[in-house]
Amino acid sequence: MFPPSFRYRRAGSLAEAVALLAELGPEAKAIAGGQSLIPLMKLRLARPAALVDLNFVSGLSGIERKDGVLRLGALARHGEIAAAAPASRIPIVQDCAEGIADVQVRNRGTIGGSLAEADPSSDWGAVLLALEGEVLVAGPAGDRSIPLDRFVLDAFTTALRPGELVREVAVKLPPKRSGGAYLAFKRSAPVYATASVAVQLTLGEDDACLDARIVAGCVGLVALRLPAAEAELRRKPVASRSIEAAAEAAMAAIDPPADLRGSSAYKRLLVGALLKRAAAAAVRRARGESVEVSHEYVAR
Amino acid sequence: MLHAELVPLRVKVNGEWRELEVEPRLLLVDLLRDRLDLTGTHVGCDTSYCGACTVLLNGRSVKSCTMFAAQAHDAEITTVEGLASDDELHPLQKAFAENHGLQCGYCTPGLLLSAADLLSRNPNPSDAQIRKAIAGNTCRCTGYQNILKAIRAAAAALAPR
Repeated sequence: MFPPSFRYRRAGSLAEAVALLAELGPEAKAIAGGQSLIPLMKLRLARPAALVDLNFVSGLSGIERKDGVLRLGALARHGEIAAAAPASRIPIVQDCAEGIADVQVRNRGTIGGSLAEADPSSDWGAVLLALEGEVLVAGPAGDRSIPLDRFVLDAFTTALRPGELVREVAVKLPPKRSGGAYLAFKRSAPVYATASVAVQLTLGEDDACLDARIVAGCVGLVALRLPAAEAELRRKPVASRSIEAAAEAAMAAIDPPADLRGSSAYKRLLVGALLKRAAAAAVRRARGESVEVSHEYVAR
Repeated sequence: MLHAELVPLRVKVNGEWRELEVEPRLLLVDLLRDRLDLTGTHVGCDTSYCGACTVLLNGRSVKSCTMFAAQAHDAEITTVEGLASDDELHPLQKAFAENHGLQCGYCTPGLLLSAADLLSRNPNPSDAQIRKAIAGNTCRCTGYQNILKAIRAAAAALAPR
């Protein structure tokens, strides 16, 4: 299987990539890891007239922690993020990075490409929404920063203007006694998740929940922040009863589309179950425990 | 219809630099199989699922059906043909043979390279780590248990004594 013909340009710098996209016009697309774009092109679901290859741009894959912010270069591969020491301070980022698809896809796929594609089943979309991340974009009119909740507008639709590129993702390091966890359920490693839940919460000294952010993935056109579920946790002592209430609120708030991955009712139950487990792991992490969670797809 | 323009490509395959011109839409797996006659890399699903086309790109496993050949410019590719040296099988190949880690063999080249990526980062993986490392490779014959055994055996064989 091979895609339709296209023109191909390697960009050596971000400035060159922006210039090439402007020169090649609206039918041109940027390609990073290509792990979604290439299959779409092979199936003729995407037919860009030209590709600007970002893989030869240097300095775009840095992963660093500075001044209380984790900065992930657009070209950072999922696998690199999973293994990067600077990312280890935010365990929910590692939960996400090390469970996306399979090793081969994680070796190639990038965080910038994933965000720019804005697939409703994207893992990064859910996690970065829970972390209130910012997307730094570069374009013909210069750089600008867009909060994640205003970056992903709809399924496969972002706030990127023609010719703009994701340059970097920035996440503020969570405060002390904050913990998060991301759990996704999928039927096998290479496929998109059936449902996923990201929880990031912050505990006070008395173990009351000061802040909670809860996001469900794969169950709407975009990742869904769930304020009703968050309200069940916030300003209350963390207990299995409040977590149970948050799960109930989440299940009431969503209306997942039925598809080959499962019925609406099944996905709703899945979100409730994932939320409970993610919240429990987040609480333990907030208390300083080390807990391993990630995508699940095999019987244990 | 666009005229297919050719892109210059310089790529090191199994230790040997190659310089050629390729159509941009040529997939890496088709470069290897059709242009370089390295037919050990297989095409299974052709949709980035099965991992039969797995090769190493600068030491890391990738699915060569989901990468354009032109993107491998200046990179080093290792295919299954690059594992053995002279007449000596690679320890992974030996371990797969000795432990019945294959039946029909179609998925084997991809599994060998996934295992090579794993052992290069983690010389002594746990069973759970091996399972996760080969989750992107589909085998329809073995049921995976002997593949697991083979990778464990290869890790032991490669361990410094």
